[in-house]
Amino acid sequence: MIGKADARNIWILIEHRGGKVAGVSLEAIGVARKLADSSSQEVWAVALGPGAQALGADLIKVGADVVLTAEDARLDGFRDDPYTDALTHLVTTYKPSALIVGATSNGKSLAPRLASRLRTGLASECVDLEWDAAAGNLVAVRPMYGGNVLATVVCPEVRPQLATLRVKSAPRPEPDPARKGRVEKADISGVELRDRVKVLEAVETGGGEVKLEEADIVVSGGRGVGGPEKFSVIKALAEACRGAMGASRAAVDAGWLPYAHQVGQTGKTVSPKVYIACGISGAIQHLAGMKSSDIIVAINKNPEAPIFKVATYGIVGDLFEVVPLLTEEIKEASA
Amino acid sequence: MRIVVSIKQVPETTEVKIDPAKNSVDTEGLTRIINPYDTYALEEAVRIKEASGATVAVISVGPEKVDESLREALAMGADEGFHLSDPAFEGSDPLATAYILARGIEKLGPYDLVICGRQAMDGASGQVGPSLAEELGLPCVTFVRKIEELKEGYIRVQRMTDDGYEVVEGPLPMVITVVKEINEPRLASLKGLMKAKRVTIPVWNASDLGLDPARYGPAGSPTSVARLSPPPPRTGGEMIEGTPEEQVRILVRKLRDAKVL
Ligand SMILES: Cc1cc2nc3c(=O)[nH]c(=O)nc-3n(C[C@H](O)[C@H](O)[C@H](O)COP(=O)(O)OP(=O)(O)OC[C@H]3O[C@@H](n4cnc5c(N)ncnc54)[C@H](O)[C@@H]3O)c2cc1C
Ligand SMILES: Nc1ncnc2c1ncn2[C@@H]1O[C@H](COP(=O)(O)O)[C@@H](O)[C@H]1O
Repeated sequence: MIGKADARNIWILIEHRGGKVAGVSLEAIGVARKLADSSSQEVWAVALGPGAQALGADLIKVGADVVLTAEDARLDGFRDDPYTDALTHLVTTYKPSALIVGATSNGKSLAPRLASRLRTGLASECVDLEWDAAAGNLVAVRPMYGGNVLATVVCPEVRPQLATLRVKSAPRPEPDPARKGRVEKADISGVELRDRVKVLEAVETGGGEVKLEEADIVVSGGRGVGGPEKFSVIKALAEACRGAMGASRAAVDAGWLPYAHQVGQTGKTVSPKVYIACGISGAIQHLAGMKSSDIIVAINKNPEAPIFKVATYGIVGDLFEVVPLLTEEIKEASA
Repeated sequence: MRIVVSIKQVPETTEVKIDPAKNSVDTEGLTRIINPYDTYALEEAVRIKEASGATVAVISVGPEKVDESLREALAMGADEGFHLSDPAFEGSDPLATAYILARGIEKLGPYDLVICGRQAMDGASGQVGPSLAEELGLPCVTFVRKIEELKEGYIRVQRMTDDGYEVVEGPLPMVITVVKEINEPRLASLKGLMKAKRVTIPVWNASDLGLDPARYGPAGSPTSVARLSPPPPRTGGEMIEGTPEEQVRILVRKLRDAKVL
């Protein structure tokens, strides 16, 4: 176990593929910058696997002081086994005070295993991270009970303090070409990396579409849409806004859209700049997945629908009339 | 083949009140159910049993009341139930819970597959499954949406990723966590519930499990909850009036003013 007195610096695990860094990793660097500045620590971006080295300059521009790389072919593509072994080695060598991982499907698999290996604490799916200078602790805020309760979690004694950061819960830092930093190469060729689970094939569904969790605008349809072919109305609006398409569970359960589109307690959590709910009543379980959107627009023919209680802007009307008009108006506005 | 399903008992609703004096969530008086995600885990195990003759064990960490949920799981088709319970377990964080569970699973004897839900509806950490795998020294595949093949010592599944899915294979025993897409859980039958009443469910405490006192309860939990608060209330709530054309025009102007279009 790593004690508090020995540990320093805020680490971010960089998720990358094909030379591209995941958005949430950049968002995490922005968060780490703020934590590090308020506690005189450094931000270390940790990039593993082939292609890590090439990311160095860009990671420094967005806020890393140090980019720690381990270009090991055994770390090509995410698997929690070898990543846990490699990170355990690096963490025990360099002793960071905190390690932040994006709450992606990969990050959420890795972080708990790593926490158990290191016997340290993990705060999952955090929406806010601060540094308590007096106590020398990371203060992690995470939603529980479908977003109805915000818990402030601390890990006062053991290091590193682990957290996964929810996608889009912090802004992406602007690159600053003048920023300076250094790249440090770690040699892990002597470290044994286990690899028990093999990825045979990766399938991208809905290729080309904007990812639901990363979209700035999400247009969702519910039971009010009334059928699979009628979702073309929702899709047209989503495309006009260059946004992603979501759905309520009622629409998913009816088989109108695949589960990957479901927003809510048992689906995805999104927090776009604008969430447009069409023919969705606003059940608590749906709200759990979209309540933290900056602006919520509700289009519903029932003025009593609970969605209007959380909507920034409400339009009472038939979605089949309002949505196509809205699509046209937006196309014109952005022409 | 023996399959272990790890279930958590949770309040049936997420609309809960915070008790500021106790710095806890007040769930007193709420009906308690099997965590919805765990019903998918259980259903999957029972389907494997029906297709190829496995036995299904359910296990849970929690207070006395959890007995009811274990019996409900038996009524859905599980064969054996195991209850890990000790007043000293209270205040365990996910790391400590995974430790307790791991020692319980080891005590119940040889097994091939452990299935967890992707996350609990209350705490929603999604941590116990992968942590449990680490404690058991096993591989883990999270967010499983389909089991493609399962046989002695081998499993191949589809795992949901952020932009689709991947097909992965690995050796048994293994821990998997499942998502809702995997199946449609059945309800417990009345006959099953009657039968489940007569099953003996062993209750094991910390000393039965030979646990290290430094690894459970508040002392064995590296994290603690410093504060609970309600989410900030949403402001706004402006209804846009007029003909549909007018409504749409006003809305687009507002969105442009907010610089989001
Ligand atoms: C454990 C649990 C987990 C759940 N998880 C989720 C989840 O993750 N996500 C989720 O969404 N739900 C979830 N639910 C379900 C949730 O409780 C609601 O049943 C669901 O969200 C309702 O979907 P809906 O709003 O599309 O349908 P409804 O509630 O039927 O609402 C349809 C709305 O469309 C309006 N409408 C109809 N026709 C039109 C029209 N032509 N123009 C405009 N408006 C129209 C109606 O006025 C109505 O308000 C969960 C439930 C449980 C118990
Ligand atoms: N107290 C518990 N007893 C048994 N299984 C649990 C318990 N807590 C969590 N789990 C399992 O771990 C999964 C993830 O839970 P969590 O990490 O709490 O979100 C659940 O879906 C269960 O399968």
